[in-house]
Amino acid sequence: MTPNPQLSDSGALRHLLTIEGLSAKLIHSILDTAESFVSVGEREVKKVPLLRGKSIFNLFFEPSTRTRTTFEIAAKRLSADVVNLNVSASSQSKGETLLDTVDNLSAMGADMFVVRHAQSGAAHFIARHVAPHIHVVNAGDGRHAHPTQGLLDMFTIRRYKQDFTKLRVAVVGDVMHSRVARSEIHALTTLGVPEVRVIAPRTLLPTGVEALGVQVYNDMTQGLKDVDVVMMLRLQNERMSGPFLPSAQEYFKYYGLTADKLQLAKPDAIVMHPGPMNRGVEIDSSVADGGQAVILPQVTYGIAVRMAVMSMLAGT
Amino acid sequence: MAMQLPDPEQLLNQLAAALKPRLRGNTALVGIHSGGVWVAQKLRQQLGATLPLGTLDISFYRDDFSSVGLHPQVRPSDMPFAVDDAHIILIDDVLHTGRTIRAAMNELFDYGRPAAIDLVVLIDRGGRELPIAADLVGTRLDLTPNQNIQVTLDPNNNLKLSLHER
Repeated sequence: MTPNPQLSDSGALRHLLTIEGLSAKLIHSILDTAESFVSVGEREVKKVPLLRGKSIFNLFFEPSTRTRTTFEIAAKRLSADVVNLNVSASSQSKGETLLDTVDNLSAMGADMFVVRHAQSGAAHFIARHVAPHIHVVNAGDGRHAHPTQGLLDMFTIRRYKQDFTKLRVAVVGDVMHSRVARSEIHALTTLGVPEVRVIAPRTLLPTGVEALGVQVYNDMTQGLKDVDVVMMLRLQNERMSGPFLPSAQEYFKYYGLTADKLQLAKPDAIVMHPGPMNRGVEIDSSVADGGQAVILPQVTYGIAVRMAVMSMLAGT
Repeated sequence: MAMQLPDPEQLLNQLAAALKPRLRGNTALVGIHSGGVWVAQKLRQQLGATLPLGTLDISFYRDDFSSVGLHPQVRPSDMPFAVDDAHIILIDDVLHTGRTIRAAMNELFDYGRPAAIDLVVLIDRGGRELPIAADLVGTRLDLTPNQNIQVTLDPNNNLKLSLHER
């Protein structure tokens, strides 16, 4: 077996590239650390001096608002210096290679890269290339992984439901194209959730998805029955036409989360969504704004979770 | 020859008696994780349960982060009162280099501007590396740099002292 490139020889986290291969113990220790950062966010001064003097480069080759902003806030609350690069608009269009971009930023004194890229494996590629003192966080690579989203989702579930080993969780929507779904499923199964369901039309399910340890449903009314947590996925606009789906309206009819369908879940079930939401496509406004939705707390917890990840990496 | 260690519960009684005249209307206790929180809780039992009690985990303020990394078990700090204009009695179990106290004061100031801070420790073991002194001390022990005094909580919720050689 090849060693996990995310971990140091002593098993500490050097890079965060994917949740796959992380132990339940390590995931829980990230969540525990995040818990302490939540209390920092509730203070008068929301900053701690941990990463003073460190330079963090947000390298976004793909547009993102929420993820980039929460990474930026997290780094600033750790007292790091943050530089945001929207690379699609600069060097890449002039023909510079990915590694040349990384080398140049390393020469400017980068201590950490937060990378979002449309190509699966981009963050791994950078992590293998950089000097040993530089850390890499995957902020979403192609269809592969979005580990900090998976972790903040686990943090949210733990806050509301405490014990993972008693839960029934449904992941609903475009599983095939979703890096979020993959990270969520790996995290849920690693943390011992006994029943993880995916609910999606056949055209939006990757073949062999059962191998990830999930139960597959094509029908919302069966799939949502008695679940504790409903994790909605975003239906990307570009999938709404073409071979995958007949129309957004029809998708909403069968797979949109409405108050009626949510009634099939447990009465205290929580509803999650990684954002940005397509109201009236995958989720009805009455649910998105309803009492069971924890979508905005997810965003707030995302800052604490990213602070935990960055401080753990920087201390390795 | 084994050093005779004092009885920590007795030290607590002395500290509580010495603390009483220092209490003001705006006094709050703040314990530093873990031992300082135990000492603070026990002092509060003797001084009156109405005293506000905060807890600090100074892991995010340590000055050795870049060499040792993040402490594996960070607990949330909790300050259930307004730090602005409060008279804070900062409590730790063992005062050694003074670096923990510096970090704790830095963290306190991120909650607000206290009117005053007094430092109370169960044991001052010497070996200061910063200009920090306690206002009230349970006892002073003259330890060598190789010795380490540890405060633990036994199953009956009593403080215990133990001395280790490094």
